[in-house]
This record gives sequence, structure tokens and C-alpha cells, in this order.
Amino acid sequence: MKRFGRFSLVSAAVALTVALTACGADEDPLANDNGGGSAAPGTITVGSANFAESELLAEIYSQALEAKGVQVKRQFNIGARELYLKALQDGSIDLLPEYNGALLSALQKGGAAEGVSSPEDVLAALKKVLPSGTEVLEQAAAEDKDTLTVTQETATKYSLKTIDDLKPVAGQLTIGAGPEWQERFQGLKGLEQVYGVKFKEFKPLDAGGPLTVNALTKNQIQVGNIFSTDSSIAKNKFVVLEDPKNLYLAENIIPLIRTTANNPTVTGALNAVSAKLTTENLTTTLAKVQLDKQDTASVAKGWLSENGLV
Amino acid sequence: MNLSYLFDAAHWDFSTSGSIPQLLLSHIWYVFLALVIGTAIALPIGLYIGHTGRGSFIAINAGNAGRSLPTLGLLMLMVTLLGLGLLPVLIALTVLVIPPILTSAYAGLRSLDQRVVDAARGVGMRPWQVLTRVELPMALPVLMSGFRSAALQVVATATVAAAVGLGGLGRLLIDGLAVNDYSRVLAGAIVVAVLAVLLDLILALAQRWIISPGLRASR
Repeated sequence: MKRFGRFSLVSAAVALTVALTACGADEDPLANDNGGGSAAPGTITVGSANFAESELLAEIYSQALEAKGVQVKRQFNIGARELYLKALQDGSIDLLPEYNGALLSALQKGGAAEGVSSPEDVLAALKKVLPSGTEVLEQAAAEDKDTLTVTQETATKYSLKTIDDLKPVAGQLTIGAGPEWQERFQGLKGLEQVYGVKFKEFKPLDAGGPLTVNALTKNQIQVGNIFSTDSSIAKNKFVVLEDPKNLYLAENIIPLIRTTANNPTVTGALNAVSAKLTTENLTTTLAKVQLDKQDTASVAKGWLSENGLV
Repeated sequence: MNLSYLFDAAHWDFSTSGSIPQLLLSHIWYVFLALVIGTAIALPIGLYIGHTGRGSFIAINAGNAGRSLPTLGLLMLMVTLLGLGLLPVLIALTVLVIPPILTSAYAGLRSLDQRVVDAARGVGMRPWQVLTRVELPMALPVLMSGFRSAALQVVATATVAAAVGLGGLGRLLIDGLAVNDYSRVLAGAIVVAVLAVLLDLILALAQRWIISPGLRASR
């Protein structure tokens, strides 16, 4: 059995070496990945964040482009903004569905300036801080905001209507959100600075996904970060807390694209999507994926044909 | 290679929540619990099957089925059923621990020279004595190798606890990825790898100490 012992030690050492060399060449593994960028010329690599709506929007973009004869490569479910923006900048992906407000706060040092919260103001400010080599196309009327959401029982128990109401009781409450919330301004930092709200505990879960919803219904967290178009809010009769100080800005859906990948055909196809996308039709379409568990590709196709885009 | 996160003294301060020593401690705790529970379940069953030869198809099939279950998928299922907390994580990790221990206990007993077992019976040992004084000590090398492979697997896999809001070294991996901090991800990977190597060394030493010298001399 000595041999086995040596073998497992060696394999652990090999694993360590592989891990070190994999990360060793550069601190950003995506930077070495030419997979996306080196696809056939004229191909657009469409990416998405790691939640259902982003994937649905990316699929709608992809099919709208394909309907216009553009070659599309799908690279969905990449991760949080901190991660996929890097992928966009290094050319691993060319196009993403974005949210104007969240993107602005991520790009602007110290977050969006005070008073900038309407869709137009946010877009104007966003255009000034976009990373070089990228541009945004026309934004949709559809919005999907970060929210602080509680159950009906929690809302009644602590008489909560707005985020302000959380201030005196937050010390007894646990909040659940994606792990990035711990360090983001539009997460715990902003809540503390803008509203003076400091929670008892932060549970790093998923970005408004099933874990967060599940934990909220089981009262394992009392406050959850859920996106405003999420069908689970209506389904579970959750209460969305108002945001009177506009910590969460306008969040219109907007295509973010690498300038080198853009051309009039692409712009035309994507702007046609933005023109038809509203909060209402996005919410009902997303419910087909989240509640009825339909396949994202066929739901996207359904939306495009309803709106006469394919 | 950016080791700044790993070597930043602030991340090694035990009193800060989320510091590397705290995460390491919770990680070891999950590993320990999963190994203890898994062994408590798998060892008696494996020994029973190996000793009696009854139900060996269960051992083989349960072992193979258990190995093929994806831990992360099982964990998500358990969280959906039971909610957040330590229990779903322990169930998922225990399911990972059981197969190698069960199969190695069974295989360890089965692989013994049956003449030795017959001799033990011949000198008048009772079945219990045959098991504890002859079969078990002689099967220990195989059994220990199963335990060590279970331990290594669970050290690496316990990182999934962080995917459902718990602590452990997986926090460094998942939080680091979420905020694009590769230095933190690297720190997590290194600490997990070092922990696995150290644990295997400790178990290798334990193995030398608990296995009868007579058995060692024969190899």
C-alpha cells in the first residue's frame, strides 16, 4: 500500500503544479483564451452573465443576428460583471446584454454621480466611461433593477415599505445576494453609506437566483437581492422595498458591443430588438423560462416572432 | 503569478471574519465531519459484507453509483429540499466519502488469504474474534488506502460548501471569481492543495503506526 500512498501524494503535487502553471502565466485566465476572438471572421461571440434573464436576452440577440445572416457563437453564463467585462475587453466575447445603471456604477469610480438616475442621464453618463473599443447601442424601455425584497411576513412584522425602514431593524436581519455584493457599491457598501443600513449577516448565495428565492421563502435570509422582473416575486407574494434615495439607478437593457464587431447590419438587428423590448413583455417572457421551465432558445424564438423580428 | 492575496498578512488575521485561518478551520471541520459520518456508515457495512460475503453486489453497485453522483448537483438538490445550512453540505460530502471506504473495507477482507481465516477458525476463534483480531488488522492496508482517497477527495470537494453560502476555502474561489480577483482564487487553490498534501502525509504516518509490523515486513 506504500505505492498507493506515493501515488496520491504525487497526484496531489501534480494537481498543485497544474493549478500553479494554469494561473501562473497571467493572473487572468481569460486573457490567454483566444477561443472566442479567433472564431471565423465575421462571427460575433455573444456572452451573458450567469442568470436566467441575461441568458434569455443573449439568446434573443443571437437569434435576431442569425435572422440577419450574421454568424453567432454563444458563450453564455460567464459570471458576474467583474468577470465578463474583462472577457469583453480582451475580445473573448463581442456582445453582451447589459443594464445601463449597473454598468455605469461598475465603470465609474465611486459609483454613479448623485442625481443621475433617469434612463437618459444614466445613458449619457455611461457613454463617457465605456472602456475603449466598446460601445453601446440603443437602450430598451425594458428595465430590470436590483431590489431588496422581503417576504410578506417580514414586511408586516417590521412594517417595511422602503429600504429606509430597514435601518432600525437591519441588525436583526440576514441578507442574501451574489458574493460580489460584499464588495460592490450597489451592494452592502452603498446600503451602509446611502441608507445607513447594516445587516446582522451577509450570506453569499446567487445573483437573484433559485438559492436566494429558496432561502427567502424558508426565512433563512430575511432580505434578498432579487431582480425586479423576476417571476418569483409575484409567485411568492414577496414585497419589493422602495428605493427613495435611488441607490439602484435606471436599469434599461442595452447591448454592449466591441466596436470592431459592430456594423450596420448588427446595429440594425439589435436596435430592432431594443425597440420592442418592454418591462412587461420581458417579465412574461422570462416567466416562461423560470416558472414554466421552457427552453431558453424556444422562448427567445417565440418572443422574436411575436414581435415580427424573425 | 500574483500571490499578493495569499501573502497579505491582513488575510491571515484569525480575528477577522473570512480570513484564511478561519476559512481553513471551517473547511477542516466540514472534512472531519464528513469523514467521521461517512466512515461510521460505510465501515460496518463494508466489514459485514466482506466478512460474510453476503450482499457483495450491493457494495459494488452502491460504490459505483455513489461515485458517479455529481456532488454539486446533489448539494443543490439537498438545499432545495432542506434549505441552507450545514446539513445539505454534509449529506453531499458524506455520499462522496462512503464509496471508497465501503469498497475498500469489502475488498480488504475479500482479498485475504482464506487459509489464514480458516486457521483462525481452526484455533477456535469466534466469528467476532476472527474479524477483529485477524481479518481487520490484515485488511488495514487496503482499508487505509480507501480512507486516504476518501479524505483527499473530500478535502478538494468541500469547496462546494461555499456555493451555498457556507464558509470553507471555497469562499476564496467563489468570491474571488465573482469579483474578478484571481489572486484570491489562486490563494484558495494553493491552500486547498497544501491542505490535501499535509492531510495525506499525516494519514501516511498514521498508517505506518497502526499497521502491524508483521504485515509491513512482508512487502
